[in-house]
Amino acid sequence: MPPIFVYVPHNGGSVDDTAFELLAAAHTMAGPEACVTAVAAGWGAELDAVCEQLRASFDEVWELAQGALVYPNAELVRQALAAVLPRGCILLVPHNHFGVDLSPGLSIRMNSVYVSDVLEIEGLEGDWLKLVRQEFGGQVSTHVRCDVSAGAVLNVRPGAFQPLEGPAVSGQVREVAVGPLTARRRYLSTIAAEAGDVDITKYKILVSIGRGIQEPDNIVIAQELADILGGAVSCSRPVVDAKWLDKSRQVGSSGKTVKPKVYLACGISGSFQHLSGIKGNPFLVAINKNPKAPIFRVADVGIVDDLLEFLPELTNKVREERGVPAK
Amino acid sequence: MDILVCARRVPDTSENEIALNSAQNDIERDDLVYSVNEPDNYAVEEALQIVQRTGGEVTVVTVGGEDDEEILRREMAMGANHGVLISDGAFMDADGKSIARILEAFVKKGHYDLILTGVQAEDGAAQVGGMLAALLDYPFASLVSSIEVLDGGKLKIGREIEGGNREINEIDLPCVLSIQTGINEPRYVGMRGIRQVASVPIPTLGASELGVVPEAPKVRRTGYFLPPAGKGAAMLSGNREEMASKLIEMLRAKGGLN
Repeated sequence: MPPIFVYVPHNGGSVDDTAFELLAAAHTMAGPEACVTAVAAGWGAELDAVCEQLRASFDEVWELAQGALVYPNAELVRQALAAVLPRGCILLVPHNHFGVDLSPGLSIRMNSVYVSDVLEIEGLEGDWLKLVRQEFGGQVSTHVRCDVSAGAVLNVRPGAFQPLEGPAVSGQVREVAVGPLTARRRYLSTIAAEAGDVDITKYKILVSIGRGIQEPDNIVIAQELADILGGAVSCSRPVVDAKWLDKSRQVGSSGKTVKPKVYLACGISGSFQHLSGIKGNPFLVAINKNPKAPIFRVADVGIVDDLLEFLPELTNKVREERGVPAK
Repeated sequence: MDILVCARRVPDTSENEIALNSAQNDIERDDLVYSVNEPDNYAVEEALQIVQRTGGEVTVVTVGGEDDEEILRREMAMGANHGVLISDGAFMDADGKSIARILEAFVKKGHYDLILTGVQAEDGAAQVGGMLAALLDYPFASLVSSIEVLDGGKLKIGREIEGGNREINEIDLPCVLSIQTGINEPRYVGMRGIRQVASVPIPTLGASELGVVPEAPKVRRTGYFLPPAGKGAAMLSGNREEMASKLIEMLRAKGGLN
């Protein structure tokens, strides 16, 4: 088994939760006795704090300290990792906006294979590692084999592995010199999301719409239901891409994280990017014309129907019950 | 500025339900509706808007089979100046890295200031753009949601990060960017537009023209299966009215109706 490294993102001196998920993934691949090394890049007291946390779970922690790494610019982190990681190693990276930026090019620099968005690790057969991914927004899963004889960079989906809470270890922190780094892409600033007209994170009931709403004139159908339920209308990415609703209404990894009590997913297929924005285990109702939509795998209740027909029916029934005349 | 956009033809998930074939070694491809990968349309639109401001030309390239020519014509109907089909039986099994090597060889035969890809293909892994950049030794940025052309061979770009936040970077040209959906509003292409470019010749290049020696793929898809149902939803039955009534009962029990 080649040596295994886990790339650890961190923020404000705290280790990202994915570090322990990726440690679990490493043990799935190489067994519980495997020596797994965490790699963290950054600078100063925050990085020191991160490495101190990591050494309670990892056998070895590589600390890549340099002023230029204080903000995680993938161009610089890629250079740093390519400079220090041994050829032939397997590197696990969380599949988020940073991992997508970092990893494909790193696999070229390392002359190793790359597999993105890994969901399961089925084991090693000779030089071939067997993995599971998904395609078409989660509609189908695929078995993938990759030749790891020259190493691998594997991006692992956040949440795919249960974080490892194994016996505490007392790992060594090793400061690893990375040499000079040059940036042809320079970080300037971060612009916070704009607050919209409605703060969807404040509502207990969300009527959330996706591509199935078909046209902007139909949004009123969801709004009428939200009004009578005392909720708000939120949405998935395609609705924002089409400019039918403001970005502030988007639920998902690149939008808002919401914690409602009830989430009505209407015409939403249920990509993991969307689902990762729904927290707090709400009562999840899926309404979708496609009986194979991935959303039905995670919903509490499923209704196979056209939302443009079903939502008005539901709205009218609620109105009847309340003694409000149906429209 | 001369811009290359790498595009792909994929099964259109807004038009199809994706199912497995009986051998479970592929999706059922009979009767599938194919179209240009949606994020690639945003990349082409962005390229067209940039050359409108700076001058230059837009070339769209795809690696695929004969049928994939149709997406090149579609993007040319949007306004792209050139389409190039890279097609060779030897590329049939190509993995992401092989595709990136093929594109690298193509890029080196021309001159492009900027290379764009869509953020991800429906059946892809969001990998070719970053690999191509590394092979060319160009800087790379993914999930790009805004582009401003600066003086001195640089761009100011916005990247989508978590929580709806955006990260602003400056990046040197030439570079490779993967374009996020929603960056613009891709223009409509009608049948008339497609007809106007129907007879424009589209050059086809193969392995020998590009000087690429195909390698055995090191990443292979070996089978498909349907994802496990998980806990699975309790599916409501009955007619529309009955399902609505049942749902109201459930919502009441969950505190969703007061």
